[in-house]
Amino acid sequence: MSRHAPTTRAELMSRDVAPLPTNAPAQPFPEAARISLADVQLRRNMGKVTTTIRAKRAKAVAEMPDWEALREAGRAIKDRTLRHLDHYLIQLEQAVTRAGGKVHWAADAAEANRIIAGLVQSHQTKEVVKIKSLTTDELGLNEALREIGVEAFETDLAELIIQLAGERSSHILVPAIHKNRAEIRALFRRRLADTENLTDEPKALAAAARAHLRKKFLSAKVAISGANFGVAETGSICIVESEGNGRMCLTLPRVLISVMGIEKVIPSWRDLEVYLQLLPRSSTAERMNPYTSIWTGASAPGDGPEEFHLVLLDNGRTKVLADSFGRQALQCIRCSACLNVCPVYERTGGHAYNSVYPGPIGAILTPQLVGVHNAGSLPYASSLCGACYDACPVKINIPQVLVHLRGKVVEHKRESLSGRLAPEALAMKTLGKVFTSPKRFERFQKLGRLGQRLKIHNGMIESLPGQLGGWTAVRDVYPVAPETFREWWLRRSESKTSPNREGQS
Amino acid sequence: MRMSLFLTCFNDTLFPSTGRAVVAVLERLGHRVEFLMDQTCCGQMHYNTGYQPEALPLVRHFVRVFGDSEIIVSPSASCVGMVHDFYPKIAAESGDEGLQRAIADLIPRVFELTTLLVNKLGVEDVGAYFPHRATYHPTCHSLRALRVGDAPMRLLRKVRGLDLVDLPSADECCGFGGTFSVKNADTSIAMLSDKNRCILDTGAEYCVAVDNSCLMHIGGGLHRQRAGVEPIHLAEVLAATEEGGRP
Repeated sequence: MSRHAPTTRAELMSRDVAPLPTNAPAQPFPEAARISLADVQLRRNMGKVTTTIRAKRAKAVAEMPDWEALREAGRAIKDRTLRHLDHYLIQLEQAVTRAGGKVHWAADAAEANRIIAGLVQSHQTKEVVKIKSLTTDELGLNEALREIGVEAFETDLAELIIQLAGERSSHILVPAIHKNRAEIRALFRRRLADTENLTDEPKALAAAARAHLRKKFLSAKVAISGANFGVAETGSICIVESEGNGRMCLTLPRVLISVMGIEKVIPSWRDLEVYLQLLPRSSTAERMNPYTSIWTGASAPGDGPEEFHLVLLDNGRTKVLADSFGRQALQCIRCSACLNVCPVYERTGGHAYNSVYPGPIGAILTPQLVGVHNAGSLPYASSLCGACYDACPVKINIPQVLVHLRGKVVEHKRESLSGRLAPEALAMKTLGKVFTSPKRFERFQKLGRLGQRLKIHNGMIESLPGQLGGWTAVRDVYPVAPETFREWWLRRSESKTSPNREGQS
Repeated sequence: MRMSLFLTCFNDTLFPSTGRAVVAVLERLGHRVEFLMDQTCCGQMHYNTGYQPEALPLVRHFVRVFGDSEIIVSPSASCVGMVHDFYPKIAAESGDEGLQRAIADLIPRVFELTTLLVNKLGVEDVGAYFPHRATYHPTCHSLRALRVGDAPMRLLRKVRGLDLVDLPSADECCGFGGTFSVKNADTSIAMLSDKNRCILDTGAEYCVAVDNSCLMHIGGGLHRQRAGVEPIHLAEVLAATEEGGRP
């Protein structure tokens, strides 16, 4: 882990940064964002990609006459499931066990990594293949496996790219979204064999990755995956993907270990119908994703993995569940639509969030998973523009949860004397007093007008002190008006009632 | 009709011309406007920044001031959005059932100006004349919190002399976001740069919106750049007439 906060883009992108700030406060978002905002190539790449995917998603969603009803169903099913999570998890465990799988319960990342490492070691192998999985990113699983001498090969193209680059993911769905074709070509030529004549055509890049990975699919004994959905009724696990690498991992190796956050359970097979419509259109703007794999327990020899393990992960999720308003963050199906429409994410990219869960959903999920004391800047990393809420296929009210969490951040700050005496806290306290009394408010207006006299140039205020200086770096400030509205209103009322003076309107 | 103007603390102090314009438009349409001098702030800044205990007295104050008004009209989609979206939640969290009832009773009477005109009063042509090239920026809270729809555009399309040009990427946030613009100044500036580039590309003289807070942000940047483009609240466009010019 890095000892100092990143100051360059390379440091910010590096895997040295913890996947979740569980042990110490993360570098504050404004600082990390400043680094990213200065990266011209990143700004260009992100602007281009998000603009394209937004338009595509809007089109894919507009095709569905019952989209709003689907969203509501997606929300309602998850909401109900979360309220009875214990029941459905036990049902899932029983169904998986019945189907010949083994279920493991992991309270935190360390326990999950221990369980998985033990399983891999029991098969005497030095290699595992992996399907792109945010949950295993959250665990820092690849690093944990390396410590016991096991190498994890990422088989998703974008995941492979950042693995080869030694970087962290910057997007829920497209981990290498921050890189363009030219950058990927340069990386492949540096890291992969037989790539001297590689062009930057997407087809050529995919072919180079395929050649690199194919051998691993055939030789690996163990595959590790996440899970998009776990059906409690039948014990079936579902993975949706685009490249077919997942299908290879799920069918070729003899042992399959799937890691699933406990919030991914859904009650019945029928519920899957709702999410398999919502997810592809929201994430890749496709009517249907190219590969949907669903399996139940272990397979017969020669017909898929003969040994199946399901690791059910808490890692802070039950803490989120305890907050009856904030828990809607657990409804998330990881589609990434909120990232793609977010004007903040579009400009800063994902690394600035210092979490495997970036963007609007990350800004509400991360602080709840690790505590606001470790990620207190994230609820503020939003202008509350509401684009995320409109795009969310399961109607998570991200802006309202952000505001809810800001309340928790302030509450936490108030626990210390230095927090209570911070300039912002004092200003808010004073303004609170000002606004509860019309008399004090009027005095405040007059005082402002008096105080600003020496600051006005060209009709505007060009510099403000302290934290407010962030505003005046490139923006002028409008001064208190020479006559406030209430002063005008009084003057007008007086002139209306006094016949000696000319009426104003 | 008798209407009570909820001007907002912000407009009262910094943009009184918007308040005067609302009065001019509503009086021109034959309505009686009152301004309750006890009004202060809806509490949005405190609430959205996380100072939620401080917001509660302001919510109570708002209910006390406007409780008896038949129609409350405001030229701020953002502050009306605060009342519609967050007041019920604040009341519920306070555990005060009286406050919950008072707010449920109050909310249907609180209108943003353009929705009052178009949806409630059925007026689109208010007799305005504004011979300028202008572009309309739909602010986030008008678009996605309050959902004013095309009410502002319906009003603007009926303004004589107005050359209304489309704003590219109109529905994207300008980067204001209240205290966001200070706490995350760099990101906010990056968003503003793109917004203002789009505005300048239209060749408009004026950028119109239904929230002076966003216009203060956009205008503060344009003024610093000496861009020669002015922000203007939609009420002030509607108040302008052939005889009187801008009030």
